[in-house]
Amino acid sequence: MDKPTNHKAWFLVLPVLVLVAFSAVIPLMTVVNYSVQDTFGNNRFFWAGLEWFEEMLRSERMWNALGRQLIFSATILAIEVPLGIFVALNMPKRGVWASVCLVLMSLPLLIPFNVVGTIWQIFGRVDIGLLGYTLDRLGINYNYTQNAVDAWITVIVMDVWHWTSLVALLCYAGLQSIPDAYYQAAKIDQASRWKVFRYIELPKMAGVLMIAVLLRFMDSFMIYTEPFVVTGGGPGNATTFLSINLVKMALGQFDLGPAAAFSIMYFLVILLISWVFYTVMTNLDRKGG
Amino acid sequence: MPDATIAQPRRSLALPRVNTSAVVMTLYLLFLMLPIYWLVNMSLKTNSEILGGFSLWPQEPTLRNYRVILTDASWYMGYVNSLIYVCMNTVLSVVVALPAAYAFSRYRFMGDKHLFFWLLTNRMAPPAVFALPFFQLYSSVGLFDTHIAVALAHCLFNVPLAVWILEGFMRGVPKEIDETAYIDGYSFPRFFVKIFMPLIASGIGVAAFFCFMFSWVELLLSRTLTSVNAKPIAATMTRTVSASGLDWGVLAAAGVLTIVPGALVIYFVRNYIAKGFALGRV
Repeated sequence: MDKPTNHKAWFLVLPVLVLVAFSAVIPLMTVVNYSVQDTFGNNRFFWAGLEWFEEMLRSERMWNALGRQLIFSATILAIEVPLGIFVALNMPKRGVWASVCLVLMSLPLLIPFNVVGTIWQIFGRVDIGLLGYTLDRLGINYNYTQNAVDAWITVIVMDVWHWTSLVALLCYAGLQSIPDAYYQAAKIDQASRWKVFRYIELPKMAGVLMIAVLLRFMDSFMIYTEPFVVTGGGPGNATTFLSINLVKMALGQFDLGPAAAFSIMYFLVILLISWVFYTVMTNLDRKGG
Repeated sequence: MPDATIAQPRRSLALPRVNTSAVVMTLYLLFLMLPIYWLVNMSLKTNSEILGGFSLWPQEPTLRNYRVILTDASWYMGYVNSLIYVCMNTVLSVVVALPAAYAFSRYRFMGDKHLFFWLLTNRMAPPAVFALPFFQLYSSVGLFDTHIAVALAHCLFNVPLAVWILEGFMRGVPKEIDETAYIDGYSFPRFFVKIFMPLIASGIGVAAFFCFMFSWVELLLSRTLTSVNAKPIAATMTRTVSASGLDWGVLAAAGVLTIVPGALVIYFVRNYIAKGFALGRV
């Protein structure tokens, strides 16, 4: 779409700019400020240069948190994306059942993050939770507060429960945009189910699927509340992901310098992924007209 | 129907396919609903029943847990506080986002692409990065523990969200409508309110819904920025978990009540859920 150039449009954007600048730029500058200074309390600060950055890069705790974070994000993507596509392919195309599915599937997406945590915290308990109780009765030794593997499984299943619907709904939206003529043509050609998926559905879904993957990656990359409520980052540090680690550092121990340096590196990663996201989006816009 | 498949072996390829879809969806929805059912189930039990034995449904259903929440000010004020800042944030976000989204969808101007991208990065920014600076910023300007502080903080991700969603809807409105209105002598504000806004009414509704939702589900910032007067329901719940950890029934009831606002309006936005989550694209 070609748009006329009009610099006066800036006035329309100005309120957003001011508001977001107030809630994003000023805090971010504070973070930058802390990242290069040291304090001994009393609000007296000393120039520390890149010391904190070096410290963070050497910090085993941060690398461990990053490692756990990457494993977590990779795992949930590996489960949620195929499962989401699979569910989307099986959703009813239209009618009452389509609406029912849409509503029920959206429900977990709209539950406050900490309530998601609470639900699974209860659900997984051996004494009062359906899941924990059932597993216990089946003779499986399951305890997410003591056992690191169980904690991981709980957190991952929780995320799959929480967000697979997002992938499914996006793919469903992509599938809905395929004209019936495509399927009819495939039927005439006697294409197999796999071929229909590979050459008709998948290419049409590629754009939305990319959005879904990026959104899931970003959101899982900054996951905080859900695992925090369920496991509190434990047992030990087993489920301490990047955000939990950061909050522990910044608000728990008030290690401002390292926390700020860490925040900035965290933010740079986010910036990079946002850029990929933006490129995908604009390409999609151009294709969609 | 096992005998049906045996009786018609040649159709066995086609027949189960219809069924598998239904089976897959049933299993998936069951997986989604079970934990929620369990929460509802627990909220209707007494604590002695929860801890005393194991039952799939409440043996002696009670509304006591809900009564506790609705009569205790420290509980229900959590809902009131949440609703206040969420509504403030929703109105604020949508109002400032409307003109901006119009500008992005209709005009090219200096730095527009950079600005649009910058907004996106704020939607993607981890709240954990902002928690501490927000705390200090709002403390220093005397806004700590007020509703407006949380409402402003949530603008960080909701304003970009609203701009992106609204832009997505506005690009679908033909430009000829704007041009005709200007030729007819409409001023920009009058055109925008009288003609343009009704055209994208569903878009505004969807944007408002998502701002409401994301502000409602967010806990980290709202908990960091409040202590007593503006404490959101989500934070009230965490307190109960960590402090006593015993009143499971009330905790479950509180959880159920937080799901209600989303569940009430979800039917109206069901066809836009994907679009909203994908920032107005799809």
